[in-house]
Amino acid sequence: MYTEKVMEHFRNPRNVGEVENPDGVGEVGNPTCGDMMRITIKVKDDKIDDIKFKTLGCGAAIATSSMVTELAQGMSLGDAEKISRQDIADALDGLPPQKMHCSVLAADGLREAITDYRSKHPAEEG
Amino acid sequence: MEKSIYMDYAATTPMRREVLDAMMPYLTDEFGNPSSLYTLGRRNRGVIEEARERIAAFLGADPREIIFTSGGTEADNFAVKGTVYANEKKGNHIITTPIEHHAVLAPCHYLEKRGFDVTYLPVDEYGLVEAADVAKAITDKTVLVSVMHANNEIGTIEPIGEISKVTRDKKVLFHTDAVQTFGHIPTKVDVLGVDLLSISAHKLYGPKGVGALYVRKGTKMVPIMHGGGQEHNRRGGTHNVAGIVGFAKAVELAEEEMDAEAKRLIELRDYLIAGIVERVEDVRVNGHPEKRLPNNVSVCLNGAEGEAILLSLDMENISCSSGSACTSGTLDPSHVLLAIGVPPEVAHSSLRLTFGGTTTKAEIDYVLEVLPPIITKLRAMSPLDASWGKKC
Repeated sequence: MYTEKVMEHFRNPRNVGEVENPDGVGEVGNPTCGDMMRITIKVKDDKIDDIKFKTLGCGAAIATSSMVTELAQGMSLGDAEKISRQDIADALDGLPPQKMHCSVLAADGLREAITDYRSKHPAEEG
Repeated sequence: MEKSIYMDYAATTPMRREVLDAMMPYLTDEFGNPSSLYTLGRRNRGVIEEARERIAAFLGADPREIIFTSGGTEADNFAVKGTVYANEKKGNHIITTPIEHHAVLAPCHYLEKRGFDVTYLPVDEYGLVEAADVAKAITDKTVLVSVMHANNEIGTIEPIGEISKVTRDKKVLFHTDAVQTFGHIPTKVDVLGVDLLSISAHKLYGPKGVGALYVRKGTKMVPIMHGGGQEHNRRGGTHNVAGIVGFAKAVELAEEEMDAEAKRLIELRDYLIAGIVERVEDVRVNGHPEKRLPNNVSVCLNGAEGEAILLSLDMENISCSSGSACTSGTLDPSHVLLAIGVPPEVAHSSLRLTFGGTTTKAEIDYVLEVLPPIITKLRAMSPLDASWGKKC
């Protein structure tokens, strides 16, 4: 069902944990549907300086969280915001159709963290 | 462990060698259609009747009360639709439980859409139905009660004997899905007191694609498989001779081994449950502690998600199943767990291990060794802690 890349990220997820004193926090999902993600970021010079995730969810949920942190690390906020579910799925060599919603969650989680950061630092927008 | 550890016997079982050997002639030279007049056909006619006799005897039934089907699902569909359609003049009310297998629930939902009335009995936290609730639910429009003998997800064994006292008293047909119990615990139809009973070969080391419905003499039914008049016009279709022979062989093995095997499995089951509870924090055991299938272990491991647990166990060559939404075809967690009051977020963490003939204590010990670190790792990855919902 899952590609080798997905299984790799599941077996050895990257960037698990919480950034200390995060500049932005994104929380998505809810316990009822089974998938929950928290993404924490540290921002420096409008770039993602550090990013970590915590996820409760299936293999795809963990793999997509791990992948989104790998993709976003070091990116400008503007670029990171644009990471789409398809980017994440492609980076994982594809996801089964019924698991695509997990990649939506990961993309949304990152965007939420960036939005959270921007709401606290309006002067740095644009 | 290099060797593969199979712990999903509730889903299906490996075919025994003796079963395969018994089937081989009917997959090769003895290919005759039992409905044919010539010797090759008539020989197989004799063969399936012998099989029927063995299965009937194991149930304590008459051979004429056994109708072969393509499996448990067809038997359940036949039991529900066949009785309901035959008794439309009497009424349109069906009573069942919310924890039935989909092979009973789906026909009930279908009939609901067609104007039939279905009552879903309350179940307690163990999934047990009370005979008194069945009595309360029966009306003069009730044509069928269907309560499974034991639940495949949580293992709970229902008080079928008590319920049948009620249904006999009120003269309402009573069906039980015995797919998980037949061959594993006693299933004598007169002890259970049922009018209809479904069974399936591949749950007791027989082949897939064959099952049967026991129908007590005198029960009005209409066929759902209209065809060439087989099974005395009750179920059309050329007999799956090899499958039926395999089924009977599996039953023969169960006759000899069932009691001792149940004892052996109960010990392993209780050992595994105790081991998990001891080594992992925050575990919920699902189903009744004693009125439980000998081979069923069902737990919720709060804070870790079911599919992730399964994948991790699969990496250790352990095969089992979960009631989490991610493992179902839909996005809903197990309907059985929800029905017994498990909150959805906990249902997502469920794990079911069911064993059988090949299961050893060494395998159970291995599961007990690898499961706790898996749960620890997944829980550590989870955002669920006191700070969820409180942004910094």
